Amino acid sequence: MKWLSQNWPMVIDLTLDHLWMTVQITVLTVLFAVPLARLSMTNRWLRAVAVVFTNSLYAVPSLALFMMVPVLVGVPLRSTTNVVIVLTLYGVAVIWRSTLDAFDTLPPRILDASDAMGVTRWRRFWSVELPLASPVLVSALRVVLASTISLITVGAVIGVPSLGLLFTDGFQRGITAEVITGIVVVVALGWLLDRLVAVAGAAAMPWRATTPRRSRRLARRVQAQSLRGTDGSAA
Amino acid sequence: MITFENVNKTYPNGTTAALDVSFTVPAGSTVALLGPSGAGKTTLLRMVNRLVDPDSGRITVGDRDISQINPVTLRRSIGYVLQEGGLLPHKRVLDNVALVARLNGASKADARERAQRMLTLVGLDAELGSRFPHQLSGGQQQRVGVARALVGEADVMLMDEPFGAVDPMIRRELQAQTRRLQSELGKTVLLVTHDVDEAFSLADQIVVLRTGGSVAQYATPEELLTNPADDFVADLLGLSDGARDLHVVDRGGRALVTDGSGRFIGRVRA
Repeated sequence: MKWLSQNWPMVIDLTLDHLWMTVQITVLTVLFAVPLARLSMTNRWLRAVAVVFTNSLYAVPSLALFMMVPVLVGVPLRSTTNVVIVLTLYGVAVIWRSTLDAFDTLPPRILDASDAMGVTRWRRFWSVELPLASPVLVSALRVVLASTISLITVGAVIGVPSLGLLFTDGFQRGITAEVITGIVVVVALGWLLDRLVAVAGAAAMPWRATTPRRSRRLARRVQAQSLRGTDGSAA
Repeated sequence: MITFENVNKTYPNGTTAALDVSFTVPAGSTVALLGPSGAGKTTLLRMVNRLVDPDSGRITVGDRDISQINPVTLRRSIGYVLQEGGLLPHKRVLDNVALVARLNGASKADARERAQRMLTLVGLDAELGSRFPHQLSGGQQQRVGVARALVGEADVMLMDEPFGAVDPMIRRELQAQTRRLQSELGKTVLLVTHDVDEAFSLADQIVVLRTGGSVAQYATPEELLTNPADDFVADLLGLSDGARDLHVVDRGGRALVTDGSGRFIGRVRA
């Protein structure tokens, strides 16, 4: 407690750094992955890329990617941009694939009904396809959020400031309180953001509150599958 | 009025869905496309709002060649009733109906008001409007589907096996309601069914289609019963095996009617 009372401004700064990176990564992930998923619905080449990309990326340890991306893209190693790029890649790998699955399994009858009424393609995407895919999207997003928040801490190893700095610094100098503070704040941040997305998702999908169990179980299964995918060797 | 002139369609996999099809749906009347599965009924129906384009031939709606009309514009001018309603599961019932009015340019308030009127017209309680489709029974969803097709005030309506998914009692009720609405509104209706009774109950004229997409006969129910064009038509209608035969039997001085299998279904009124 003594350590925390002396260092809380630093903890707050690192929390804000951590949070800001999480927000950037999550937003970029969705902005890239959802259009990619929709395009791979009809583009066979993109679909093949989706499968290869999502299957192989999690086989690459994040630390190795933190080293490779600066070489390939030319961003400084010790920059938040580096961390944001790498973790966006991981995020896209999860959301691209699961959202593609969600688009693939949209009921053809519903899409047909939309066309028959004279709904344009663009409007169909925004007002039919995206809302109907959103339960899976939100589930996948929660997985990405959890994995992003923990993977950001790895960035501390290459010197990018985040709550992970409390781990590296705490270990090196043998300050247990610092490590524990890190763990508690990371877990709290993860829990908080997960609740936020879950609540916002539920508010945006009122029809789900009254939906029969079956489809909700399906969404949960997708979430479980994506989780198993990320457990591999990412850290 | 809807006309088909020498319409042909063969799918890439080689199945022919329409073979030199010509017929006319006169304005204000109901025509049923009747045939076994694989006869291309649904394909013909979907050609009218350009969900499918023919390989050759001409289709007109209200004297306009539809190949010259933008598909989206065309679809907004035609009501469409799908099997099981085809409602959007994530929109409330009222919004499902209002959507079509919105697409046709109505303001939000106006669209909702019209949607509410249509729900009442098809016999649904106003309070059902705020529910989601899955909270309704199959018959209620089907009524919403009809309301949605009516809300655009289109003159032409397409119905794809509209009452196939509901139980027989509800089906008869919906058919009766459709006849009632039709006599009030006088729409030009093209409907697909594989159910002979449904075709007889709703249609003024029936296009009988055979497998391979050609027209076997185009006639009124009365003509079909008196003069089936060939064995295929007679078989399809149930005239060959006696399934549609009715018999009058005497039971203690009363003339009763039995159906093809000998079950009593009514009595003769003198």
